[in-house]
Amino acid sequence: MSNWLILPVLVPLIAGIVALFFPKHVTAQRTWAFITSLILIGVNIFLLTYILSNGIMTLELGGWEAPFGIVLVGDSLAVLLTTTTALVALPIIYFSFSTIGVEREKYYYYAFFQFLISGVSGAFLTGDIFNLFVCFEVLLLASYALIGHGGTKTQLKESFNYVIVNVVSSAFFVIGVAYLYAVTGTLNMAQLSERVGEAGSEPIITVIAILFLIVFGLKGALFPLYFWLPGSYSVPPTAIGAIFAALLTKVGIYSIFRTYSVIFNEDTAITHTILLVLSAVTMIIGVIGAIAYRDVKLILVYNVIVAVGFILFGVASLNSDAFVGAIYYLLHDIVIKAALFLIIGALITAAGTSKLSGMGGMIKHHPLLTWMFFIAALALAGVPPLGGFPGKLMLVVGGAEAGHYIVVAVMMVASLLVLYSVIRIFLQGFLGEPMLTHAEQHGSIKAQMPPIVFLVALSAFMGFGAEIMYPFVESAAETLVNPRAYVEAVLGGNS
Amino acid sequence: MEIIMSILAGFLFTVGLYLILTKNLIRIIIGSSVLSHGAHLLLLTMAGLKTGAPPLLGLEADTYVDPLPQALILTAIVISFGVTSFILVLGYRTYKVTGAAETDQLRGTDTDE
Repeated sequence: MSNWLILPVLVPLIAGIVALFFPKHVTAQRTWAFITSLILIGVNIFLLTYILSNGIMTLELGGWEAPFGIVLVGDSLAVLLTTTTALVALPIIYFSFSTIGVEREKYYYYAFFQFLISGVSGAFLTGDIFNLFVCFEVLLLASYALIGHGGTKTQLKESFNYVIVNVVSSAFFVIGVAYLYAVTGTLNMAQLSERVGEAGSEPIITVIAILFLIVFGLKGALFPLYFWLPGSYSVPPTAIGAIFAALLTKVGIYSIFRTYSVIFNEDTAITHTILLVLSAVTMIIGVIGAIAYRDVKLILVYNVIVAVGFILFGVASLNSDAFVGAIYYLLHDIVIKAALFLIIGALITAAGTSKLSGMGGMIKHHPLLTWMFFIAALALAGVPPLGGFPGKLMLVVGGAEAGHYIVVAVMMVASLLVLYSVIRIFLQGFLGEPMLTHAEQHGSIKAQMPPIVFLVALSAFMGFGAEIMYPFVESAAETLVNPRAYVEAVLGGNS
Repeated sequence: MEIIMSILAGFLFTVGLYLILTKNLIRIIIGSSVLSHGAHLLLLTMAGLKTGAPPLLGLEADTYVDPLPQALILTAIVISFGVTSFILVLGYRTYKVTGAAETDQLRGTDTDE
């Protein structure tokens, strides 16, 4: 039974390997990618219900006992994230059919896509810090290939920066692992948690914690390490930009969740204060960017950065309400960022430009797209019945409980400005005077609507069905607040 | 011995980061290689450099060196090898398509206003 836990990693890996064998048969590639994504969703939902009824699931790979072998740990947080990953991968794959172009599809596009999903799922499930590094490299290598895929001039310009930044951050990751191994003599996260607990408040532990914050902050675009993100996420084709915005930064955020709750939980005064300040500045920098630009892609890209600040504020507050809020917001943000990128992709297809000044009056010919964008914009800002609300509410409650009133205020103002930045797209791009007649528009967007509707509906479900999701989120927050449960599930009696 | 190795690793980090901060694409790629050499050396050093037999059970020695960091380094080496070969080709393509051999020629994209 516990062998099922490997499937979220294995299904996309096998799907990607098989897809390598018939690159030129585009229809077969599409069908294969679609079917395997459906299987991935099924597997994940099964695991999620199983874990909710039976508690944390562990899989010792190769049958070696926990601290000695690599162990996969499926607690509710990890499996909620792999499920959400699978749920956004399917619509984005569907969106690729009509937008990515046959030339790109022939050159292993779907294989790279599946390898990316495999790396992301592996990073969520692993219980070993070096294995986390390997999963990071799996997803990063796939993302290097995807960001430059097609090889246009702007893509090549930005991908060089992206690769170099990630090579440096990977080197720092290896250095961090080396220090941690020297201090504790283990790589298993659960045993690390115990050994770091025994070492108590030695300053070297704090130094290593901050080194890991730098590494994961670089992956997750935390201020002041976000500088590579706006360029890298705005140049690739929409489908690729959507999967990056939905998943890649979230893996860095998840790693901060994990390391700061399970491993570095002894001496929190310094590390969590740093995290608090950085998350507040990240929100501010993000909204400044979101308001400053007149380019729809860049407005969205800066909204990705704002969300990083919101979610990490939950980690910095360090109480159960804030963790519930952060997890809720994290899950919803994966869905809503994918939805918004796809909507903006459809908008750019119709308008033929990404400049806000070059578009207008889309509501006349694309009413469905317009209302989808309107709902998604309100959900992003956190208007009550929709998906972004429960997460933000709990973040505010948790932040106030921890006494971080100033940051809570910053967060409220940032939410308002986020709403302003997307409503400006709505007012200028969708309402207003039509710039182009229906015939003049640059291609049909009919084929792009089903994935958009699916993602917006999923986001709406996260708002209206908040009570259905609550037990999952609560048990996920439970393992973060009380890492003993995680350690005991992994090490059992033999610690 | 660990102290000498740490100083060497630190020297490699300095050289690597200096090269990454230069403008030329090839120098940046060489810098990233040097940086990962430093990281691998540090991984070996941090696990301790006690004397012992190579980790081969056939030698039947009393003490062996720690085999775990060697496996980690081996993994990290192939990963950085893969990334370095990708980045070399990427640099070559970038030079071919954009004609830029220096980073300041890579500024500006179509999406800028």
